[in-house]
Amino acid sequence: MITSITRTGRARSRSYRRLSKRFTRFLVYVVVLGGAVLMIYPLLWLVSASFKPEDLIFSTTGLLSPQWMPGNYSDGWNALDYPFAQFFLNSLIICLGAVVGNLLSCSLAAYAFARLRFKYKPFWFALMLGGILLPAHVLIVPQYILFKELGWIGTLLPLVAPKFFATDAFFIFLMIQFIRGIPLELDDAAKIDGCSHFSFYWRVILPLALPALVTTAIFTFIWTWNDFFGQLIYLTSDESINTVPVALSHFVDSTGGSSYGQLFAMSVLSLLPIFGFFLIFQRLLIQGASTTGLKG
Amino acid sequence: MAFTPVEAITREAREALPTRKRTRARFAHEKRENAAGYLFLLPWFVGMFVFTAGPVIASLYLSFTNYNLIGTPAWVGWQNYLAMFQDPQWWDAVRVTLVYVVLSVPLKLAVALLVALLLKRGLVALGLFRAIYYVPSLLGSSVAIALLWRQIFDSDGLVNQALSLLGIHVTTSWVSTPDTALYTLVILSVWQFGSPMLIFLAGLQQIPQEYYEAAATDGAGPVRNFFAITLPLITPLVFFNLILQMVGAFQAFTPSYIVSGGTGGPVYSTLFYTLYLYQEGFGDLKMGYASAMAWVLLIAVAVFTALAFLTSRYWVVYQDERS
Repeated sequence: MITSITRTGRARSRSYRRLSKRFTRFLVYVVVLGGAVLMIYPLLWLVSASFKPEDLIFSTTGLLSPQWMPGNYSDGWNALDYPFAQFFLNSLIICLGAVVGNLLSCSLAAYAFARLRFKYKPFWFALMLGGILLPAHVLIVPQYILFKELGWIGTLLPLVAPKFFATDAFFIFLMIQFIRGIPLELDDAAKIDGCSHFSFYWRVILPLALPALVTTAIFTFIWTWNDFFGQLIYLTSDESINTVPVALSHFVDSTGGSSYGQLFAMSVLSLLPIFGFFLIFQRLLIQGASTTGLKG
Repeated sequence: MAFTPVEAITREAREALPTRKRTRARFAHEKRENAAGYLFLLPWFVGMFVFTAGPVIASLYLSFTNYNLIGTPAWVGWQNYLAMFQDPQWWDAVRVTLVYVVLSVPLKLAVALLVALLLKRGLVALGLFRAIYYVPSLLGSSVAIALLWRQIFDSDGLVNQALSLLGIHVTTSWVSTPDTALYTLVILSVWQFGSPMLIFLAGLQQIPQEYYEAAATDGAGPVRNFFAITLPLITPLVFFNLILQMVGAFQAFTPSYIVSGGTGGPVYSTLFYTLYLYQEGFGDLKMGYASAMAWVLLIAVAVFTALAFLTSRYWVVYQDERS
């Protein structure tokens, strides 16, 4: 009898536990879903506001507007002295230059650190690591003076040229971690075949390190596209070489502050390339954090 | 920064800093390898000396001079540093930046961890949620989002409209009230918790399920589980995220510049350190003063990072050390 009581008691507590487990699961869904809506709402609102007429932007919280203004896009595109095509082109040049520069220079340095033995390597390695945490603002004044002496202020060069000299240490580190995971047997085989270091790097390491290269390319693009500080300092003198962020920052002053619809339309366009990257490479961007491959 | 080599960076730093002696290259091919090493590093060497190490030294020199880009820098000794400590606006910038760092970093990490714990429970459509939570950290540092933020927290912005739907009628502009402006920037920073969340999530998913099964047989509840198993095991990730976010927060510039329209106002309440540095250096062309400010920033970041590293041995648990 005693056993039967405990048995039913256990069964009851088990079903109670199952119920409470279901309830917490339900709660988790509610919280996660609510949080997701809260997170994404400002972005959806931005897109919706970019299609609204001026007076409705500040009087409606909803996403659907009774009146649609696709004209915000064409008006905003031409609201400044140059069409936004010019600013997009400048941003694109800087980003592509930075991507190519980072891929070449960082992979060269990473190969040396990951595979080659040379004198004082630990010292240089420590110096490289230190560069990752170095605040860019310590460099900005002397760099500005240097670029001014070179006559580069008001050109895109200050934002592109340094990338060809492996100044983004973070990506060197990322690639080192990846290259270290490539089997050492390949090196021995290449050595026996009389393969030079450069052709081994170019023909074996680079193709195998493709995931790390793609990651570097994507993040270089996104960070450069979003960068404002550097572009503000080097590119403000002449509007024809403004990038999208610099143009956006001038937008309110230039248009008299009564064209929020157009401003938001251009803001949406400025975010589209990054969002596109995210959609295309989502798996790579997100799963990268979960896979052990890049953790070294 | 989804691809951050998580624990590796801290471990690497620990292992690499004390220079290990290596046997000298004795064979011809090792000499060749030595030459090849330096050849491969050539671009990096040029970059380091011209664009990194050189400018660091140069800015140290400039910080002891007066220089407005015309003529030559004039040596003034410690004057820039002394002037800084008597400059009320500099103190404003320091205070604003410290409040921003101290509030936004822990809040951001706490939210990131909380959401990661929720997402870890294997939800349906996990991928979608993860993506939605991650998107703001990709877009958030842009000028476009900062402009959006300024509107959202303005007097007729989205926040006040939403509040009035709840029956609370507010007409204050959160971004132009000195008491609240900085908090809108803290919220903007916390909104971008996605990238530390991804790192936490990856770490949480790697904790062996057996640990929890063992704990369950011992009758441990979820709270106990969190403090006895989960939290200790992810302290390396907390540490890593803390360093990254802290260094990032000290250098934040775009939100302050855009939301305040470049002024740091109202009443210097959003005057980030970097914005003041920009105003002094590139607005007033006080390159010496700006360099001195930059060096104080460098030292502050170094001190905070060093503190984190030094205290880490008391609260960061590395799995291989325990076994």
